[in-house]
Amino acid sequence: MMQIKQEVEERHVLTVMVDNEAGILAKIAGLFTARGYNIDSLTVADITENHSVSRITIVTHGPPSQIDQIHAQLERLVPVHKVVDLTEAGPHVQRELALIKVAGVGEKRVEALRVADVFRAKAVDTTTSSFVFELTGSPEKIDSFVAIMRELGLVEVGRTGIVAMMRGAEEA
Amino acid sequence: MSDERSGANILVESLVRQGVEFVFGYPGGAVLPIYDALFGDERLRHILVRHEAGAAHAAEGYARSTGKPGVVLVTSGPGATNAITGIADAYMDSIPLVVISGQVATNLIGSDGFQEADTVGISRHCTKHNYLVKDPADLAAVIDEAFQIATTGRPGPVLIDIPKNVQVATATWSDAPIQRRDRYVPRLRADTNEIAEAIEMIASARAPVLYTGGGVINSGPHATALLRELQAKTGAPVTSTLMGLGAFPADHADWLGMLGMHGTYEANLAMNQADLIVCVGARFDDRVTGRLDAFAPNSKKIHIDIDRASINKIVPVDLPLVGDCGEILSQLLEAWGTRAPQDLSGWKTRIDTWRERNSLAYPGNTAAIMPQHAVERLFELTKAKDPIIATEVGQHQMWAAQYFHFFGPNKWLTSGGLGTMGYGLPAAIGAQLGNPDSLVIDIAGDASIQMNIQEMGTASQYRLPVKVFILNNEWMGMVRQWQELTYESRYSNSYSSSLPDFVTLAEAYGWKGIRIENEGQLDAGIEEMMAYQGPVIVDCRVAKESNCFPMIPSGAAHTEMILYGDAVAGTLDDAAKALV
Repeated sequence: MMQIKQEVEERHVLTVMVDNEAGILAKIAGLFTARGYNIDSLTVADITENHSVSRITIVTHGPPSQIDQIHAQLERLVPVHKVVDLTEAGPHVQRELALIKVAGVGEKRVEALRVADVFRAKAVDTTTSSFVFELTGSPEKIDSFVAIMRELGLVEVGRTGIVAMMRGAEEA
Repeated sequence: MSDERSGANILVESLVRQGVEFVFGYPGGAVLPIYDALFGDERLRHILVRHEAGAAHAAEGYARSTGKPGVVLVTSGPGATNAITGIADAYMDSIPLVVISGQVATNLIGSDGFQEADTVGISRHCTKHNYLVKDPADLAAVIDEAFQIATTGRPGPVLIDIPKNVQVATATWSDAPIQRRDRYVPRLRADTNEIAEAIEMIASARAPVLYTGGGVINSGPHATALLRELQAKTGAPVTSTLMGLGAFPADHADWLGMLGMHGTYEANLAMNQADLIVCVGARFDDRVTGRLDAFAPNSKKIHIDIDRASINKIVPVDLPLVGDCGEILSQLLEAWGTRAPQDLSGWKTRIDTWRERNSLAYPGNTAAIMPQHAVERLFELTKAKDPIIATEVGQHQMWAAQYFHFFGPNKWLTSGGLGTMGYGLPAAIGAQLGNPDSLVIDIAGDASIQMNIQEMGTASQYRLPVKVFILNNEWMGMVRQWQELTYESRYSNSYSSSLPDFVTLAEAYGWKGIRIENEGQLDAGIEEMMAYQGPVIVDCRVAKESNCFPMIPSGAAHTEMILYGDAVAGTLDDAAKALV
């Protein structure tokens, strides 16, 4: 019998600066599927005044050799200006925004509001029987908030995926 | 000077400005404005192929044999999809192509219009870069950048998809040079300290091997000259991948022959036993390495490659040198200076014992021509003319690589990475156009030649004297060989049934046809082929069930080569089968 071997995997956060041109997102997403890499999350938005450059944040996981290949393969794309592996580069902040809808009355509703306060989540929509909370933070923080809300009437969750940046004064 | 011109006209002017001689193409609805702009223009020569795959392969053959980019022009939909195989082939083998495809008008894109295909989407992962041009004002800059991207760094195909209304609409054309965006700037040279480290490693090696590949050819003839110079300074023996043949002369005492699955015993054993491997423009392909955990186990490795993504992709290396082969070879030579070469006599004595195995020996045959012998005779009788050799894909390709010998770059055109049957005839046509005075021979198999046989019409039309030398064994020989060696001779669909009569087929296209059926006709047939001024098919009937050896079976190590005369089990475990 033939076995398919598994290797130890790591999670890495990459930021990719690209020319904001048609098809670039398809190129990057396609590179990942064509070469069998993983995308855990991907965010993209243009960041320059003239909308010419976009910053893409990709969270991926894989064996270290594959992470290195992902870095090199991304750099090979003509519209890609710069790739930074923040996980390699050092201390950095990661933030994600989530909208979390919770429905309920009575004690559960009060408890949801109390927990939201602890997490510094903001109620951005309120009815007599529901809240939509806005929460910003690390993915782990959002995970634990959602886990608690699951017991208190969670209806739906929307998450942006993370954006990340090096700590300190320098550009990565 | 600047004036208002149509997109089609701007395209033609831009191609002329790039110095394009030939455009390999096929007209259709979505490129009619471009064809109209080409009409009567003497500055570009359009070569009408018979199928768009032929256009792409012909452009590859032109590019590989001249070092200049090949240009392809196809219509939308099926025109573009037919060209995809050739584009993918060029991508795998790093061949510079600029492919122009027509597209339905911008207002019809996405509407499933007639002959609409998402060409940019389909070609995304088999081009180095691609464009959809929506405004004729962008055309000149896009074409300029496309040629830059195709020909610099690691070369490759670039596709430009031009909707029909963009070909018709007008924009300002200016003679002034294009202002480049400079967003594509490949690294060419290594750092001085990296070079110093490499010199230290080469100078202290006791058993070094130079493992060279297509990157040396792509870097240009000067890289070939520098490789030979570095070899002379260091004394290191040289092996090459399939794509790199010709970079080092095959009659040199330190030439080991090709390495890998069908490489020589001495090349593969030298790789296995080396203490230092200097990889120059090769990429540790699976056909080269064999079983990875047994690949060159005791060696340090230096990897010279212009593509950073080739480094550590398959085999981890000790010292990567990212840059152009020619540039880095000249840096190494400069840093080597006047050092004396290491005494490598012990290493070369060991190599000589491996050479004594005579791994390319094959059994004699009184009943039929051995295909290896046919290639040897073809080589002997044509070598004085320094021919350009194209191949299709299969056993005949490996025999050509083993028994034809090369002494310079740009003489060997073969589909290495993608392994595309049907490559050889159109590639030979492209090479003949680029090298009108050269003898160009496509060494073919009876199955492969049928994959783009329609291109015989192209050679007839342009009076190109290409020679097609078919090693006809009535099998898809390599498939048959694998089935014999790994599937207990269950020959599933590998017999070439209903073959055409290649001699009368040649005559039908206005070619000459020659049949060689026995040893006695071999030399005379080859001489007759060479003496004829026009295109020739030689149907050389060879021993039907010859195998291509040496061979490293799938999933095996370099030390586990099969040579002629070895007992072969005829089975393979699942893990090895999966690697095929």
